[in-house]
Amino acid sequence: MEILLSFITGFLYASGIYLMLRRSLVKMILGLILLGNGANMLIFLLGRMVKGEPPIIPDAAKTLAGIYADPVPQALILTAIVISFGLQAFAIILMERAYKFVQTDDLDQMNSTEEDI
Amino acid sequence: MNPLYIVLPVAFQLFTAVVLLFFWNKTNLQRGLSVAASITALALAAWLMAAVLQDGILVMQAGAWEAQFGISFVADAFSSTMVLLTSLAGLAVSIFSTSGIRSARVQLGFYPVFHLLLMGLNGAFLTGDIFNLYVWFEIIIIASFVLITLGGAKDQLEGSVKYVTMNLLASAIFLTAIAILYGLTGSLNMADLSIQVANIENRGLVNITALLFLVGFGIKSAIFPLYFWLPASYHTPPATISAIFGGLLTKVGVYAMIRVFTLIFIPDEFMLNLLIWIGGLSILSGGAGALLQNNIRRVFSYLIICHIGYMIAGLGLYTEVALVGAIFYLIHDIVVKTNLFLISGLIYKIKGSYNMKLLGGIYSSFPLLALMFAISFFSLIGIPPLSGFWAKLFLIEGSLDTGQYMVIAFITLGSFITLFVMAKMWLEIVWKKEGALPDKQSSTAYLAMPYAKRFALVFPIVLLSGALLFIGFGAEFILAVAKQIAAELKDPSAYLGAVLKRGTI
Repeated sequence: MEILLSFITGFLYASGIYLMLRRSLVKMILGLILLGNGANMLIFLLGRMVKGEPPIIPDAAKTLAGIYADPVPQALILTAIVISFGLQAFAIILMERAYKFVQTDDLDQMNSTEEDI
Repeated sequence: MNPLYIVLPVAFQLFTAVVLLFFWNKTNLQRGLSVAASITALALAAWLMAAVLQDGILVMQAGAWEAQFGISFVADAFSSTMVLLTSLAGLAVSIFSTSGIRSARVQLGFYPVFHLLLMGLNGAFLTGDIFNLYVWFEIIIIASFVLITLGGAKDQLEGSVKYVTMNLLASAIFLTAIAILYGLTGSLNMADLSIQVANIENRGLVNITALLFLVGFGIKSAIFPLYFWLPASYHTPPATISAIFGGLLTKVGVYAMIRVFTLIFIPDEFMLNLLIWIGGLSILSGGAGALLQNNIRRVFSYLIICHIGYMIAGLGLYTEVALVGAIFYLIHDIVVKTNLFLISGLIYKIKGSYNMKLLGGIYSSFPLLALMFAISFFSLIGIPPLSGFWAKLFLIEGSLDTGQYMVIAFITLGSFITLFVMAKMWLEIVWKKEGALPDKQSSTAYLAMPYAKRFALVFPIVLLSGALLFIGFGAEFILAVAKQIAAELKDPSAYLGAVLKRGTI
């Protein structure tokens, strides 16, 4: 499972970066989304995956014994997903508005702010 | 004891933002409330700073969970100074915005978002948890996204496409770095990380994580090869918004970098050289960019990059003296950059243009304003005894100590470039005879404004110029604070002891 997830994570990062390097606005947004998902997968992966050992302390014990699944990475991912959802929603609307003004999907055409007044 | 009042600067800004939401269409009431809240926030920040200077490092454990399990909020000298400066810049911008931001933009929600931005900044400075820092960074960027696009003019949208993309990328890299760091240590508390990272065997992975943090924070603070989004976007929103961006947003990246590289990753030889070269090249490339521009806000944007280089180079020298220089520079730079962007806004209100070629004649019509400009311009260059000078003095002393003579060359060259740029600007804007403005009407619009509106435009500049004069002439006090900060950064045992409650380690 870890091997498979490592490849998926790597693939998400690679395709995210590849899409960001294209000149199209839409591909850039898609690239950003994939990159964010890759980061979430990475947290999940690096938080050590443990199967079927929930971090619940039994009635008799005071602490957890042995190996248990770490709940922190999942809390982190949940936070990161919510945040990136908001940011991506904003970014998509922004791209749409920018497209309406500039009338082009090509990022190379969007350089009027670089010109001297 | 759990000093909850540490998070007051954060909670108060949130409270203000929520209250402001209730008065969506009452623009004048929002303006008044924002100024009142900013004054209160400044008082709170000053009180927090006084408490920290008196009692040492204050730590609040959220929900009374012990450190490394819960989220810690830490107010040491560094963070409380930054909170104080944020509140000062926030107050100046808040007053300026009462007549610098049109009612139409206020009705789009300028004030609530502005206070949310300040909340995010305060949170980022006060947190002692690396993932929490990420969350505050996200709050900062989402608030800044709204502010930079507010009103939705064409160049604003174009500039913010670049701004948004680079910031989202920086966040993804930052999150990746946190993921690897958590995988290595299983901890997110910065004090705990400081101890754990030092004991990791796999140094290669630690160095890669450190580099990821450098890139993530580097994009946010606009260091040498990663700064291209900044001059493309910072001149597009109204000057009021540029002022808060130019003053604070890049500095929070620098703050995070200084914090992470003094507490968690103690830089090795390679990292220090890298930081020095990045700093030096930021100075040169930012300065070179500033030489070419005619739009005053674009000149200031490039000067931000140039002066970020001083702080990064100071961090790269990594001696206590150099850190004093870097911290002093950070304190000075927040005030001066906010003031410069406010000045550009005032010039625009008077003359109706940002183009240096078209401007002129400020001295003949407004000699007192010209004096205010001179204070900021000369502070920026670092003409003794104004504020920029002291910081550079310590940076040069630090580089002499470590034998990094390249840094002296960079600092001196950067200062000369700044001198040239500011002298050119002074000649073009202040001394030159007034040219033919394209929009003659706006130059009379300023004089036709009611007194209160003009006062709101000029007072924040006077306030910040006063602060600059205090930093310059009262350097003794600022220096004492900067020395305390540098000592705490260089020897984090007090920080670790306060957070982890293990006594002094």
